Amino acid sequence: MNSKKWTVTYIIHRQKADEEKHFDRFTLEVSPDEFVLDGIERIWAYQDRSLTFRHACHHSTCGACGMLVNGVEKLTCITAIRDVTQDGGTIRVEPLHNFPVVSDLVVDLAPLYARMDEVNAPTVMPVSSLPDSAGGIDGTPEPPKFDNEPILRLIDCIECGLCISACPVQASNPDYLGPAIIAAAHLHDLGKDTELCNLLEGEDGVWRCHSAFECTAVCPSNVEPAWRIMEVRKEMVKLNFQKLLHSE
Amino acid sequence: MTNNKSLKSVLRWFDPRKRDTGTWAFTLNRITALGLTFYLYLHLIVLRKLAQGPVAFDSFITLAKSPLYIIGELLVIVAVLLHGLNGLRVTLTSFGIAVPYQKQMFYGLVLLVVVGSLIFAIRMFSV
Repeated sequence: MNSKKWTVTYIIHRQKADEEKHFDRFTLEVSPDEFVLDGIERIWAYQDRSLTFRHACHHSTCGACGMLVNGVEKLTCITAIRDVTQDGGTIRVEPLHNFPVVSDLVVDLAPLYARMDEVNAPTVMPVSSLPDSAGGIDGTPEPPKFDNEPILRLIDCIECGLCISACPVQASNPDYLGPAIIAAAHLHDLGKDTELCNLLEGEDGVWRCHSAFECTAVCPSNVEPAWRIMEVRKEMVKLNFQKLLHSE
Repeated sequence: MTNNKSLKSVLRWFDPRKRDTGTWAFTLNRITALGLTFYLYLHLIVLRKLAQGPVAFDSFITLAKSPLYIIGELLVIVAVLLHGLNGLRVTLTSFGIAVPYQKQMFYGLVLLVVVGSLIFAIRMFSV
């Protein structure tokens, strides 16, 4: 920890309903070991109470504080100020791309949640809901399984929307399902879910991805959406071959 | 997921600044694709000279030997190598092959493009 304070200027996107967007500058003293979100909260507390932004857990679990920090998607609660600027420098904070802006730094993530439901993405499972055989809350809970393999990674998806924001295809085609959604679909046994397969194979499905791998680069939870998209493609090809063989 | 399919959104394809390796590959693939498409039409226009007789074609050949034209041809070779090799990388990863190594594959193909382009450049300019 460094006790020396830095003076940094936050350049923050402002846009209330139906207003043209503009940027406001706020200069403040920070510890370089603080996080970007700490500075935003201090601006709200001491300089401008009309600033709106989303935040909750402050430890990268809720996925609420996703924003663009100097042009790159970050969870602001775990992005250290020293990693994105220097003493006397600036931090540009903007709302995520590819979502409607509600106000200032707040975007409407409802389309992401709706599409997660569309692919029957598993909801968060509380420990108490696990089978009794897992030993309940006092025992070591077994993770849910798929094909006898524990599902560990995708449960880490915090639905923050960073991957959707970073995806260049999503930018030009809002109907594209998107990385988080396809990654969620990867959890299912696609061979047994024709409806889901049709959705994934559709015009805006898994083949729409153009391999920029930016989703994986910005994902704060190591879900690796790009790898999952490619795995779903592989599965689709396999299923189509099987269908072809059975039709003959 | 907004419904605003603005030109600005498409322009993001061509701005890989602050982005990771994959986006640089994505952007270069689009630039080279547009360049090669433009070249294809240019090529067809040049071929029309054949129909205009030997004098017209010979005058074009004289132009084709100028250094500026050779630089243009070299750019076509760079674009073909980059687009083709990156196409192989995308094809492999699209079928789940070597996905964790997509960055390394891109660095490798850029090296091949540099070496290949140098070989072509030396041969083209030494004729």
